[in-house]
Amino acid sequence: MENHLIELNNCGVTRNQKWLVRGVSLKVSQGQIVTLIGPNGSGKSTTAKMALGILKPDEGSNSIKDNIKISYVPQKISIDWSLPLRVLDFMNLIEKHKISEITDALNMTGIKHLIYRDVRNLSGGEFQRLLMSRAIVKKPNFLVLDEPVQGVDYPGEIALYKTIQEIVKNINCGILLISHNLHVVMSQTDHVICLNGHVCCSGAPKSIVKEPEYIKLFGKNIDPTLAFYQHEHDHEHLPDGSVDHSH
Amino acid sequence: MPMFDDFIFRAFAAGIGLALITGPLGCFIVWRRLSYFGDTIAHSALLGVVIAYALNFNLIISVFAVSCFIALSLLFLQRKTSLPDDALLGLLAHSVLAIGLVLLGILSFIRIDLMGLLFGDILSVNVTDLMFVWIGGSIVLLVLILIWRPLFAGTVNLELAKAEGLNPDLANAIFTVLIASVIAISIKIVGILLITGLLIIPAAASRNLSSTPIQMAIISSIIGVACVVLGLQSSMIWNSPSGPTILAIALGVFILTLLPLKKLLISKKKIELNKT
Repeated sequence: MENHLIELNNCGVTRNQKWLVRGVSLKVSQGQIVTLIGPNGSGKSTTAKMALGILKPDEGSNSIKDNIKISYVPQKISIDWSLPLRVLDFMNLIEKHKISEITDALNMTGIKHLIYRDVRNLSGGEFQRLLMSRAIVKKPNFLVLDEPVQGVDYPGEIALYKTIQEIVKNINCGILLISHNLHVVMSQTDHVICLNGHVCCSGAPKSIVKEPEYIKLFGKNIDPTLAFYQHEHDHEHLPDGSVDHSH
Repeated sequence: MPMFDDFIFRAFAAGIGLALITGPLGCFIVWRRLSYFGDTIAHSALLGVVIAYALNFNLIISVFAVSCFIALSLLFLQRKTSLPDDALLGLLAHSVLAIGLVLLGILSFIRIDLMGLLFGDILSVNVTDLMFVWIGGSIVLLVLILIWRPLFAGTVNLELAKAEGLNPDLANAIFTVLIASVIAISIKIVGILLITGLLIIPAAASRNLSSTPIQMAIISSIIGVACVVLGLQSSMIWNSPSGPTILAIALGVFILTLLPLKKLLISKKKIELNKT
């Protein structure tokens, strides 16, 4: 293991005699963005949890570099009504930060004005930004984002992706990004892994701006934050869950 | 000290000490939706009482030991079976209560004041009990402060806390022991049937008045102390059992907190401003 922040080696997780995901290998190094894509139930979140060290693989091995700071943006968090929690308290959830650091992190996602607001009164998009701000306030080495643009509209999605790019530039961390969008990923992505119970294919994304098909669809004003990923599958997933290799 | 000879002083000192601890612990019970868990531990306390009488052993320590055993059994059953938590809690609460009653029937030499056990008999608090409340209670509060961050972070989101390097599982296990100890020291004061009420009602009332978690924990303690003082005084006037009286007062306070107090205060100020 050279300079990787985390490394999964042929990992698999099994529950009730069924493999949720199997044979996943991935590495994330400093300053690198790795994007995991795949349909629902394909094992993206499970893979992310192995990378975070929350879930122990039943097969293969996961290694996390010693003494690195890890931040996590989970897919969904529901805050119980009984819990009085302001944005400021949520920012200090795992460790206490200076107020200037907190306002900086909130400013990066554009929600500084909400600092004393109750978390449960935030809209879906505002809460997603809060999760992101909380994740970056401690300047992590490794950041896992599980569908960070979920519930955010298209311009908001572009803005959040731009924020992620800024984060990589500013704090130079490694990012594992999970997305349900199978064809369009962040253009800054170094490596895309397509998952469906196993790794279906992987590679680097193509710049969306240069793809004539997309220019035809969206016009020339397509945002350069997005990129197109070309899948190269040598097999097919059948409706009963089996895999057909006859291609 | 002479004041410890006065049973009324001891009653107030024990009640106030208990309310200070149940405030913040009760907040966590409300946040984590554990009220039925508190009930289960409290029901199993009867078994601890019977064992204490049978072996002529200290009541509080015996109840604490049985409560811890039940809490650990719950953790074990949660891992071994796929039954939902409320079914497991119901199974434990009533079977352990039943075993306690069976034992009580068999060991016919034991004479227990069942009413006092169920609803509290605060005037029978002795100096040893008082020491358990204040020394034990201080330890409980100290431990709660030490595990506050992982416990609270795990309450908000377990996986987030784990991923970012805290140990919420350990904090949860310690928290379970804290609940067991509070129930053990509360038996004489409010009784095993009503302790969950003293944990939950002040916390629920406090929720209506606070905007941060720490604020809610502190206000919950203050409300608890007020309920104990008012409740004890009323129980002496009306000659009613202490536990139920304290909880009846607590319910009254809860209803008061539902009123739009802030709005009332603001409109009063406006009227005063208009007058001047």
